[in-house]
Amino acid sequence: MAGKVNLRIWRGDSKSGDFKDVQVDANEGEVVLDVIHRVQATQMSDLAVRWNCKAGKCGSCSMEINGKPRLACMTRMNTFEEGETITVTPLRAFPVIRDLVADVSFNYKKAMEVPSFEPPADLAPGEYRMQQVDVERSQEFRKCIECFLCQNTCHVIRDHEENKKSFAGPRFFIRMAELDMHPLDTIRNRKQQAQEEHGLGMCNITKCCTEVCPEHIKITDNAIIPMKERVVDVKYDPVRWLGSKIRKREGI
Amino acid sequence: MATGVFSEGRASIDKRTLRTDKWWLQPAATFGVLLSFVIYSTFRAFEKNYYWAEPLISPFYSPCISTACLDGASHFGQPIGTLVVFGMVISPAFFILVVPLGFRLTCYYYRKSYYRSFWMSPPACSVAEPHKKYTGETRAPLILQNGHRWFFYLGLVLNVILTYDAVIAFRNADGEWGHMSVGTLVLTLNATLLWLYSLSCHTCRHTIGGRLRSFSKHPYRYKAWSFVSKLNGNHPLYAWISLFGVAFADIYVRMVAKGTITNYYFF
Ligand code: SF4
Ligand code: SF4
Ligand code: FES
Ligand code: FES
Repeated sequence: MAGKVNLRIWRGDSKSGDFKDVQVDANEGEVVLDVIHRVQATQMSDLAVRWNCKAGKCGSCSMEINGKPRLACMTRMNTFEEGETITVTPLRAFPVIRDLVADVSFNYKKAMEVPSFEPPADLAPGEYRMQQVDVERSQEFRKCIECFLCQNTCHVIRDHEENKKSFAGPRFFIRMAELDMHPLDTIRNRKQQAQEEHGLGMCNITKCCTEVCPEHIKITDNAIIPMKERVVDVKYDPVRWLGSKIRKREGI
Repeated sequence: MATGVFSEGRASIDKRTLRTDKWWLQPAATFGVLLSFVIYSTFRAFEKNYYWAEPLISPFYSPCISTACLDGASHFGQPIGTLVVFGMVISPAFFILVVPLGFRLTCYYYRKSYYRSFWMSPPACSVAEPHKKYTGETRAPLILQNGHRWFFYLGLVLNVILTYDAVIAFRNADGEWGHMSVGTLVLTLNATLLWLYSLSCHTCRHTIGGRLRSFSKHPYRYKAWSFVSKLNGNHPLYAWISLFGVAFADIYVRMVAKGTITNYYFF
């Protein structure tokens, strides 16, 4: 898509703001972030935009492009129609700082609320030995680049500000799943924590987090639903609950 | 006070979504298909007829366990009497339809489908939902979704019975074995699709191995889990085609029982 393109950029701060229309050149092979940078260089020198790697790996350039949560550096210009106006806004689930930059500190707060990995007391770092099959499931979740697109699209908080205090969000459900599936983690009540403290039950598995994840992590199928099933094991399944009391089963 | 995308501090944009694609198409189509199925199955459950045409039985009425069943349709006895409520005989379909109904209603995939299409929570991704409050599956009645596994187990029993129905369809109308008709194929296909749907279920995946923390200690369960995980990736597909399969099997048996068509025998 070479030539002129029409961009509608949201500009403003946490008090007020509006869309500004601009026309800008676009070259073959460019992505939305390139074009935004050109706007910044030629027409709006004070346009705020956050980015870092331009390779889809740092998770900084999250924004909404034609209403969809995307990485600006991974959204190619040739995916738009000729002459189509491309609307770009900051993430709409979080407070805006300025222009395209949203304040994502909610996520850092939530990250601190998840207890970190707790290895067995008798193992020193460097002594961890695990089978590949046992760590595989957790490894998928390590691909997360913390772009928070999943957090931003999740309707539990996007559409209900008041839920923010009681809901950790999909990015942290994969974190909890990662640790609960980890062969060496010794914290055994992560399931209960997920349900009682981090709002796992608020998720209605409508899968928007999975839809937007640029790392294609199967957030819902591989983390949230397995965690929900594990929660059922310990909280809502009287037979299993009884079984675990009698036999002290390993693995649940 | 404004909440959601209109909350104070967020970018002030007065649209509930800025999506430019046809995001409403999928929920609208899902709504249409699910509603048609509900209407058709309700009609069939109340019809109380045309569900048995030796040796074919409709999946909506199998097993037929009440004394109100048609002659010959009850392969597993009639432990339940004929119940009459307000002068109306309760359809034998009701006693068993609760199982597939409960199974599908609590299915993780159907939950997604109807939360989106019927409840619009959310209608599509990054399209604001119309509800003021939202508590998800944390309280009654939606907390009951956690009972999915019980319906899964009951569903397995039902699958065995419907497989039995497909097997006895290898007989002719006189009860002789070694015959095969279009009806045999229809019931076999239906049973196969139902097995695929059940085996690809998330609860199945969890039960068979997903709940383990160490796969290396349980190599066989790991294999089984890997297999079910593959099926699980196609769970939405199996959910849809098995739904169509059940409806189609019922329509076929109904037409044969009504005499609209004859059940063609290959041999
Ligand atoms: S599946 Fe759950 S966590 Fe993911 S976006 Fe939907 S409600 Fe949020
Ligand atoms: S899970 Fe995916 S969408 Fe969510 S923060 Fe990580 S990379 Fe981004
Ligand atoms: S700039 Fe790093 S992900 Fe886009
Ligand atoms: S049947 Fe769909 S998840 Fe169990």
